[in-house]
Amino acid sequence: MTSAARPAGGSLPARRSPVVRLSAFLVARPRLRLAGLLSVPMAWLLVAYLGSLAVMFTAAFWSVDSFTGELVKVFTLDNLRTLATEEVYRTIALRTLLIAISVTLLDVLFAVPMAFFMAKIAPRRARVNLVVAVLTPLWASYLVKGYAWRGLLVPQGLVSDVLRPIGLDTPGYGVPAVIITLAYLWLPYMILPIYAGLDRLPDSLLEASSDLGAGAWRTFRSVVLPLIVPAVVAGSIFTFSLSLGDYIMVKIVGGSTQMAANVIYDNIGVAGNLPFAAAAAFFPVIVIMIYLVVVRRTGALDNL
Amino acid sequence: MTLSRPARIALGVVMALGLAFVYVPLIYVLINSFNTSKTFGWPPTGFTTQWWQAAFTDVGVRDAVRSSVLVGLGATAVALLLGTMAAFAVARYRFFGREVVGFVLVLPIALPGIVTGIALNSAFSVGGVPLGYLTVVIGHATFCVVVVYNNVLARLRRTGTSLEEASMDLGADTFRTFGLVTFPQLRSALLAGALLAFALSFDEIVVTTFTTSAGLKTLPIWVFENLFRPNAAPVVNVVAAVLILLSILPIWAATRLSGDTSGGRL
Repeated sequence: MTSAARPAGGSLPARRSPVVRLSAFLVARPRLRLAGLLSVPMAWLLVAYLGSLAVMFTAAFWSVDSFTGELVKVFTLDNLRTLATEEVYRTIALRTLLIAISVTLLDVLFAVPMAFFMAKIAPRRARVNLVVAVLTPLWASYLVKGYAWRGLLVPQGLVSDVLRPIGLDTPGYGVPAVIITLAYLWLPYMILPIYAGLDRLPDSLLEASSDLGAGAWRTFRSVVLPLIVPAVVAGSIFTFSLSLGDYIMVKIVGGSTQMAANVIYDNIGVAGNLPFAAAAAFFPVIVIMIYLVVVRRTGALDNL
Repeated sequence: MTLSRPARIALGVVMALGLAFVYVPLIYVLINSFNTSKTFGWPPTGFTTQWWQAAFTDVGVRDAVRSSVLVGLGATAVALLLGTMAAFAVARYRFFGREVVGFVLVLPIALPGIVTGIALNSAFSVGGVPLGYLTVVIGHATFCVVVVYNNVLARLRRTGTSLEEASMDLGADTFRTFGLVTFPQLRSALLAGALLAFALSFDEIVVTTFTTSAGLKTLPIWVFENLFRPNAAPVVNVVAAVLILLSILPIWAATRLSGDTSGGRL
């Protein structure tokens, strides 16, 4: 890469074309090439994106004139204070956290046995097909999946038809429906890293464990589980953060339930209160950041 | 693995239940799109193709599909350009802050869509940029760059630079080398990245909500607006069914392209 385009032998034309000269000019200047490559993407991300984030979070410390509806660009902590002290916002924050945690646990509960079956029990030829089967729904529309559950969960719908013989009924629209639908949406994100982790785990390790006298459960607890924890953590990044910032599924299957992102949405949409919405956006962003930092400590990010 | 027979059967049952959990809702939507009843009660009272005909002649749907495709193409083009440039910079050069590039690129997809949406919305309103096609493309491209970047970066790391050096040593200039050596090596990675970027853009609703104008409705926006209207249910059902059928395409394309079932890296 460092050698300039030089005339090889005597067969090249005496005068070099502009393209060749430009090429030689660039080859000799790696810093210039680097600047050319980096400047546009970084300008886009730093100016358009980080700049926008900065504008928004600055707005969190402004307020809105209640008569004119115009932005008052004077520093105030009122928005954050209201969010931190009022009962209703604390309830919503807590509910959002519990929903995100429940979704993650439900996905782990399904994903671990499924991934184990896919990686260790299914015949080798079936494995690829199972991965495709689990992966394909990821490409199906997000809204359509919510819409499907809205239809399934109605009274007298398919879910209640299936559950009635065992004495249960559809949970209807509400928090349980939100948890089911979000868990449904993100399940492949949990299965795939665990499958990848188990696929790398050599069968000989499991055989060694059973040769040493461990039963299936003991092998699972002492050998399999410690090795798939990083994969579970990696999957939980998706299930947890995607659930934490969702407001659409709540609208589709949540009835009148509100989550943290609904507070953001309602304030910018109906109320036109950008400062309050921006202040409310601190909650999911900070929780996700803390989560990522904690996860980074466990080293699970290296497995992504 | 020496699992007892009952344990293997139990795991098989969970797998079957899991797959049923994954596919029943999708199949339910497909079947419902042929349901004769306008209230879509379960089980269907009869089957008809009249809603499919209605959906294909629906002007709102047609406009929405066109908007979505145009936005997707725009966002994918920008993402291809920016993602490839950033990947080359990170793969081929050492510089201060190199580790930060990946982090900054992944941020728009790691943060909740509503945060990205509102941030862009407030920046556009502060900057006096009118909302419309351009702002939607900017919004989508911002979170699509990372998927192209990841695909291209992985490929660049795998292929190394020796072939390019050989090409240059044989007298080809930078541009010829790129066209004859570098680009062919990257082609399938670019395609996978573009496919992912287009799919992400095509399915995006949250960022679109905050960056679009009243006149520009992408397909997800149209679906969401009509989701709660009982009158629109027949057409929404068909659109939903088509979107489910379309999800097979990328997987099919990915397996055809490279034999790689993961369909690129997210």
